[in-house]
Amino acid sequence: MATTATAPTTNAWGGGKSPFNAEYGKVMMWYFLMSDAFTFGAFLISYGTIRFSTNGWPDPNEVFKSFPFAPEGVHAPLVFVSIMTFILIISSVTMVLAVQAGKNMDKSGVVKNLILTIIGGIAFLSCQAWEWNHLLHEGAWWGSNPFLNHDGTASSTNFTNYFFTITGFHGFHVFSGVIINIIMLIMTLTDKFEQRGHYLMIEKAGLYWHFVDLVWVFVFTCFYLI
Amino acid sequence: MEHTIEHGEHAGGGTKEIVKVTIILTVLTIIELLLGFWMIGIPLESSSTRLTIKGVIVILMLAKAFYIVAYFMHLKHEVKNLIMTIVVPLTLFVWFIIAFLYDGNSFKNLRNTYDPHYKEQSTIKVEKKQETKPAAHGEQHDVQEAKH
Repeated sequence: MATTATAPTTNAWGGGKSPFNAEYGKVMMWYFLMSDAFTFGAFLISYGTIRFSTNGWPDPNEVFKSFPFAPEGVHAPLVFVSIMTFILIISSVTMVLAVQAGKNMDKSGVVKNLILTIIGGIAFLSCQAWEWNHLLHEGAWWGSNPFLNHDGTASSTNFTNYFFTITGFHGFHVFSGVIINIIMLIMTLTDKFEQRGHYLMIEKAGLYWHFVDLVWVFVFTCFYLI
Repeated sequence: MEHTIEHGEHAGGGTKEIVKVTIILTVLTIIELLLGFWMIGIPLESSSTRLTIKGVIVILMLAKAFYIVAYFMHLKHEVKNLIMTIVVPLTLFVWFIIAFLYDGNSFKNLRNTYDPHYKEQSTIKVEKKQETKPAAHGEQHDVQEAKH
C-alpha cells in the first residue's frame, strides 16, 4: 500500500483518481448496454443461423410493401421502414442536443429537446403498431406465415417468429426508452437536476436511447434490407 | 469526484460535430436504401451480385453503428480504459457470427445431401393466389437454385 502511494504513478489504477473518468451510474449504464447488446446479438445471430440453414426465405420487399392510408395492393417496398428509420435517427439527434443542453445547464433546451425525443419515440412506436397490425391482418403472427419464399416455394414459420420476436423486443426497448425520457422530462420540469447541480442523469438516459437507435440499425438491415 | 468528471467535457466537438454526424448517418442510410431499391430489380439467380450488395450494406451498417457509438454515445471521447472495457468483450461477436453462420450453412448442406425428402419439399412451388408469375421460367431457375 505504502509503495503505491509514494511512487509517482501514471497508472490509472494506482489510486487517487477515477480510472474511467466517469461517474458510477454511467459506467454501470455502459455495462448494462453491453449485456443488452449480447442479448440482441444472440437473437440476431440465431436468426442468421436459421436463415443460413434453410433453403428458401421470403423476400422482404414482398412482405413489407404497404403504407398507411395507401390503397390495397400498393407496392412500395422499403418506403415505410425508411421513414421509421429516419424518425429514430432524428430522435437520437434531439437526444444528443438534450444531453448537450444539460451539460450547459440550459434547462429550457433540455425540456425542448426531450419533448422532441419523446415525440419521435411515440411516432416510431405508432409506426410499428401500424405495421404489426397490418401484418396480423395479412395472416402473419407467431406460428403463422402467409408469405412464400422468394423462389415461390413454401416457407416455414421461422420468418415470422423471428421477425415478431426481434422487432417486438426492440419495440419494447423503445417503449421503455420513452418512459425513461418522460421521467427525465418530469424531473427536469420539477427542477430536480437544478437542485443537484448537474444533468448527468439525462446523459445516462441518452445512452440508453442511442442504444435503442443502434439496435434498430441492425434490425433494419437484417430484416428489411438483406 | 465532480471535478474529475467535468474535466473531460471539452473533449467533444459540440454542436458542429453533432450536425456532421447527423449528415453522415443520413447519407449512409440513403445509400443503404438506394442499394436496397437496386437489389429489388436484380433477379434471384444472379446470387453473386446480390451477395455483393448485401456485403456492402453490412459494411455501411457497421459504419453507422460506429458513428452512433463513437459520437452520439460519446465513447470516442471517453478514457481509453472505459473504451477498452466496452469494446474488447464485444469482439466476441466476430467469433459468434462466423461460427454460427458457418454452422447453419453446413447444416443446410448436410440436409440437402443426406435428406432427399427435405430437399424435394423445398423445391415444390406453391401456386400463388394472385396472378402467377412466369411459372415455367421460375421452375427452371428453381432447379438450378437447388443444385447450388
